[in-house]
Amino acid sequence: MKRVECLAMILAGGQGSRLGELTKKIAKPAVPFGGKYRIIDFPLSNCSNSGIETVGVLTQYKPLELHTYLGTGEAWNLDRKNGGVYILPPYTREKGADWYKGTADAIYQNINFIETCDPQYVLVLSGDHIYTMDYSWMLEEHKMNKADATIGVIKVPLKEATRFGIMSTDKTGRITAFEEKPKKPQSNLASMGIYIFSWKILKEYLEKDSADNLSEHDFGKNIIPKMLADNARLFSYAFDGYWKDVGTIESLWQANMDLLKEKPSLDLGGTWRIYSANPSLPPHFVAPGAKIKNSLISGGAFVEGNVENSVIFPGVHVGKGTKIINSIIMPFSSIGENSVVEKAIIAQNCEITDNCHICSEDGSIVVIAEGKLVMAPDEENKQVG
Amino acid sequence: MNHVTGLINLHEDNDLIKEVTKIRPIATIPFAGRYRIIDFILSSMVNSGIVSVGIILPNKSASVLDHLRSGKDWDLARRHEGLYYMTPLDTNSRTHPSELRTLYQNLDAMHRNVYDYVLLSGSRSVFNMDFNNALRFHQNTKADITMLYYKNLQKKFSPCTVLQTQETGLVTDIANQPVADDNASVFMDIYLMSQKIFMDIVKYTYERGGSDFLLDGIMRTQKKYNIYGYCHNGYVSIVNSTLNYYHTSMDLLDPQIWHELFLNKFPIYTRIKDDVPARYKADAHVSNSLISNGCVLKGQVENSILFRNVKVDAGARIRNSIIMQGCRIKENAFIENVICDKNVMVDVKKVLKGADDYPFIIEKNTVI
Repeated sequence: MKRVECLAMILAGGQGSRLGELTKKIAKPAVPFGGKYRIIDFPLSNCSNSGIETVGVLTQYKPLELHTYLGTGEAWNLDRKNGGVYILPPYTREKGADWYKGTADAIYQNINFIETCDPQYVLVLSGDHIYTMDYSWMLEEHKMNKADATIGVIKVPLKEATRFGIMSTDKTGRITAFEEKPKKPQSNLASMGIYIFSWKILKEYLEKDSADNLSEHDFGKNIIPKMLADNARLFSYAFDGYWKDVGTIESLWQANMDLLKEKPSLDLGGTWRIYSANPSLPPHFVAPGAKIKNSLISGGAFVEGNVENSVIFPGVHVGKGTKIINSIIMPFSSIGENSVVEKAIIAQNCEITDNCHICSEDGSIVVIAEGKLVMAPDEENKQVG
Repeated sequence: MNHVTGLINLHEDNDLIKEVTKIRPIATIPFAGRYRIIDFILSSMVNSGIVSVGIILPNKSASVLDHLRSGKDWDLARRHEGLYYMTPLDTNSRTHPSELRTLYQNLDAMHRNVYDYVLLSGSRSVFNMDFNNALRFHQNTKADITMLYYKNLQKKFSPCTVLQTQETGLVTDIANQPVADDNASVFMDIYLMSQKIFMDIVKYTYERGGSDFLLDGIMRTQKKYNIYGYCHNGYVSIVNSTLNYYHTSMDLLDPQIWHELFLNKFPIYTRIKDDVPARYKADAHVSNSLISNGCVLKGQVENSILFRNVKVDAGARIRNSIIMQGCRIKENAFIENVICDKNVMVDVKKVLKGADDYPFIIEKNTVI
């Protein structure tokens, strides 16, 4: 194979247990987002737009839908003769088999694959973040700094810093301290889970780490602290655009709502195109009497009711007299007549019949799991009776 | 249907639809918000299982090539067969450019690939059908040629070809008429025949000075062949005049037709552009309209079709209109009964109005 300068590895194997019902059947990176996308479209499109054409996607948890979705990588322009998308699930060896035990272990188990690409640099990405970023600038900085590793960082509010890997840097951007989820954060520079490593060095550390039985085989917890302790050249790369970890229901909902702002800080309509596997659907239909305000509506939707501050995915049907407020309706779900859906996430292929009332009393977000049928209470009684 | 090859003829009379065909054939007129008219026949062929489709290119073919490219979006980019193009080969020939000339010049290529049947079609009909039933009909009737038609429900004033058939389906008369009467059998511009008969007709007719497949190939040799008509029950519209284009577009605002064409088990494919979902702002007011991805809506839209990336600014009003890709309608402009071709900009407070039965057409890239 032709030598690859920078190989991207996307960690897409996580269960995303904090997304609860939404990841019962699919892996977190396959969760729909933003009216027509799935979360993994963002790192994949970023790679494609940054000129990185060889991308390994490490999968493990419920990978079927994710694998089907990735296909040949054609949707992201990654069906290349040299390189393209490689789907990398765990596999068996002569002596037994291992699941991916952590982020670092997942990369370690694919050393063979990485060696066939023979890269100078490896870009490690998460499959669960929403942002647009040109990785080629980060790679330039990595080269200029002659760094062993470069970590993408973003400023977060100090009170939220306890959720992230927090680092301190000197004037040149060199990392002087790193702490994973600190109780008393020393700075507000959070790791975005985006790493560029010089491959030779990373390989050494991965091999050492795999031999260490006490290690959790995690980049943030083990590899980075180890490199820092060895005084390796670790640099930060500051990013100041929109970046959101959508690992929880709350943050997933919020990130969708962020797109509805008057001037959204994540501009999906710009030149930095986010690609996705497009269903073959016509423009959406707005029936007479429908009212749509401040919303995103996708192709193939059929809207007869009211939609306000909501994100409507392809093929969704909103019946007459129905109100959808502050909600996210995922592909091919249908909502009958005279129902109310407020502050809810309705997953794919759900059916909400007439006269339903979906909202919580305490203002929390209601989640309806994929493929569910929801009926109004009196309808249900009738059926039972 | 992998023993059938599709052929789509893009040489089509555009006399009555000149405004939007200056730069393109009828086949690539933008339609239904994100499609081109050729997508309907092409998708129907693909969905019927045809994996080899030839495009008979017209003179203005740049937009055709730009749209179809390798055929990937229709699943026709294949190692073998797939999409192929037929171009006129010899420009110094004494005859005028025509579909028959192009077909005749490409007969060699057809000799190399042997198929049982040829499905020859025009490119300006809007429908979504499965050709397998027509093929079964063709085989059962042992017809030499099967012509597909639909029953015209209302009187329509646009030129069409009308078939007279017996109860068995045998075609007794073929006529070109300016008006299709109520309940007339209107030819859909689609033929099904064996490859041998197809090649015989092309050869025989062209060598005797013919240029048009229907007029010279079929009508003149009608007695020689057993011709049957197959009736397709479903929505069909042939876009051959500006008014017809306008009405066909407006037909899509009938949810039943919208469903039949786009959401039945066979999708219509088109070139993919990766636009964002349509964004409705706080003051948007949209009703009875088709809105495509990439649109940004702040004004009022009623009974209209908006293509991809149309921007409707605050206070702008659009009624009964077709606004193609990339147009921008600025603040407080008012548009009624208008067809805007691609990338038209209508400035602040401008008023444009066409008649109910005669839409006002604005050419591509115009700034008003």
